[in-house]
Amino acid sequence: MKKYFALLIVLALAVLPGCDMFDDGDTAESENDNVVYVYSWGDYLSPEVMEQFEVETGIHVVLDEFDTNESMYPRIKEGAESYDVLCPSDYMIQKLIENNLLQPLDYSQLPNVQAHIGKDFLKQSEAFDPGNRYAIPYCWGLVGIMYNTKLVDEPVDSWSILWDPKYSGEILMQDSARDAMMIPLRMMGYSMNTRNPQELMAARDKLIAQKPLVQAYGVDDIRDKLASGEAALGVIFSGEAINLMEANPDLRYQPAPKEGTNVWIDGWVIPQNARHVENAHKFIDFLCRPDIAAKNFEELGYSTPNTAVRELVEEDMDEDELEIAFPEPEIYQGQETYQYLGEVMDRFYTKLWLQVKTE
Amino acid sequence: MNKSGSIRRFFGVPFMLWAVLFILLPLFFVLQHGLTNEAGVFSLANVRLALEWEYLKALGLSILLALISTVCCLVLGYPLCLILREYAKKSGVLIFLLFLLPLGMNSLLTTMAWQTILERHGVLNMALAAIGLPALQIVNTPVAIVIGMVYNFLPYMVLPLYVSVAAVDTRIIEAARDLGASRWQTIRYILMPLTRPGIISGCTMVFIPALTTFVISALLGGNKVLLIGNIIEQEFTAAYNWQLGSALSMVLMVFIILNMLLEFFTDADKRKREVKA
Repeated sequence: MKKYFALLIVLALAVLPGCDMFDDGDTAESENDNVVYVYSWGDYLSPEVMEQFEVETGIHVVLDEFDTNESMYPRIKEGAESYDVLCPSDYMIQKLIENNLLQPLDYSQLPNVQAHIGKDFLKQSEAFDPGNRYAIPYCWGLVGIMYNTKLVDEPVDSWSILWDPKYSGEILMQDSARDAMMIPLRMMGYSMNTRNPQELMAARDKLIAQKPLVQAYGVDDIRDKLASGEAALGVIFSGEAINLMEANPDLRYQPAPKEGTNVWIDGWVIPQNARHVENAHKFIDFLCRPDIAAKNFEELGYSTPNTAVRELVEEDMDEDELEIAFPEPEIYQGQETYQYLGEVMDRFYTKLWLQVKTE
Repeated sequence: MNKSGSIRRFFGVPFMLWAVLFILLPLFFVLQHGLTNEAGVFSLANVRLALEWEYLKALGLSILLALISTVCCLVLGYPLCLILREYAKKSGVLIFLLFLLPLGMNSLLTTMAWQTILERHGVLNMALAAIGLPALQIVNTPVAIVIGMVYNFLPYMVLPLYVSVAAVDTRIIEAARDLGASRWQTIRYILMPLTRPGIISGCTMVFIPALTTFVISALLGGNKVLLIGNIIEQEFTAAYNWQLGSALSMVLMVFIILNMLLEFFTDADKRKREVKA
């Protein structure tokens, strides 16, 4: 019996590295191929655009998708798979840079970036990528309040409406430590990138005080609940607001409450261990071409840093939608973008958020 | 003799392989993560962290809700099995299958259906409003989570319970009635002791998934009611802290093992008594 057991363990051990061998064979073979390995958010690239890229360049796109920055990170860090181009968010790009997992971009291969990506957004990106050495902004947005005009008849211009007992049970909040803490931090005039424990604990206490009024904490489900009129107020990303207003005409959106809000930017980066660096540059540059960026924008609804897109899509959109998709510079200028605060701070934020949720 | 032994061993190989690859190895990885720090060095720091107040609070709530759900399932399931037993010859099997039917549906789907029913402007409140009754606030409370658990896990109670109730010899019940036991006395002193193994395995099969669930609590609790399953899920996905997630899983496993030991010993108890008799 013992012998069999030993045999099994040996077998099991033999099988495990075997998986690696297959992996290597696969990537080695593809090295000769004309491909680009893309790792991006789900539903973040129009299939039509990818097809067009394949037709025009002859480069085959292999797309993998992630649903959180956090689930993407370990796969890049462990180097288990070699991707050529990724699309993480601001603070995660900073974390990748700090851990030496990215390679600098070659701007001479990116003419469309120089021609069409707004200077504002490159400047905003410097918060997490000094000198714009590693990342090209792809989509961006604000975090604001969506409200149902049937249930809210006052002007919505401040986060404090989310603390108004009048709307008890009608409020939906984001279920993530950074997005949740950002709101009370801004209300008290603190930075959303603070490392000060006193400020953070004060923000936590504010969230605990708000909890009885909150109907639910959510991520994607906030959209459905707002669309169906299940709640009056919800914290939501600007890119989702346009689709929601089309689904339910009673909904309106305040993209930037007066205390200040978060400007998030997702950008394309090339990992250190990329095998098709030239193709990766071609891919990024292709996405910055105005007609392609417009196609992507129309399908996704997220604001684009591409300055040439507005005039291409303007006629298909109404006033309200334009205002959300292409906000005036004074709305987003001076707003903060999340920075990576390091492992210890990350865990402190998570812990405080847990204290709110278990209260 | 020797030959039949090696044949027997040969047929055991797939199960050994299964046990090693899918039970022991994953368990080993959980222990390995839970008992090391980021540098991969042995450390109890994460276990200590897992025993902090916030986590214990979530664990306590999980145990409480799982216990309530188990009791609800038992209270609903036991009379059902008695009824099914009576009808066994006619339509009992059909009703029994009907109760197992929800198992054939994706539990995510059925839980989302419950969300639609219990929502503030959901089916239930619309029905209440139609007959002039005030709306109920059930969704995003522990009550909604218990409802979801009972609905999802009732079949796991009914299955072992029905098998054990149906196996009771009818003549024993008839004898009890002949000797003057009332209906209740028959259930209390004859049926319940005889079906104890069924009750215990039914309770275990409801308690364990109820204790570890995170889908039901996320959907019906609106993430406002945090169970230990949700925290573990968050540690693995959002927080990317596999060490702490594993340590929390280990703490949770202690309770599951306790539960299984309870089942084992009550079973052993019974066997001993049977031998004596």
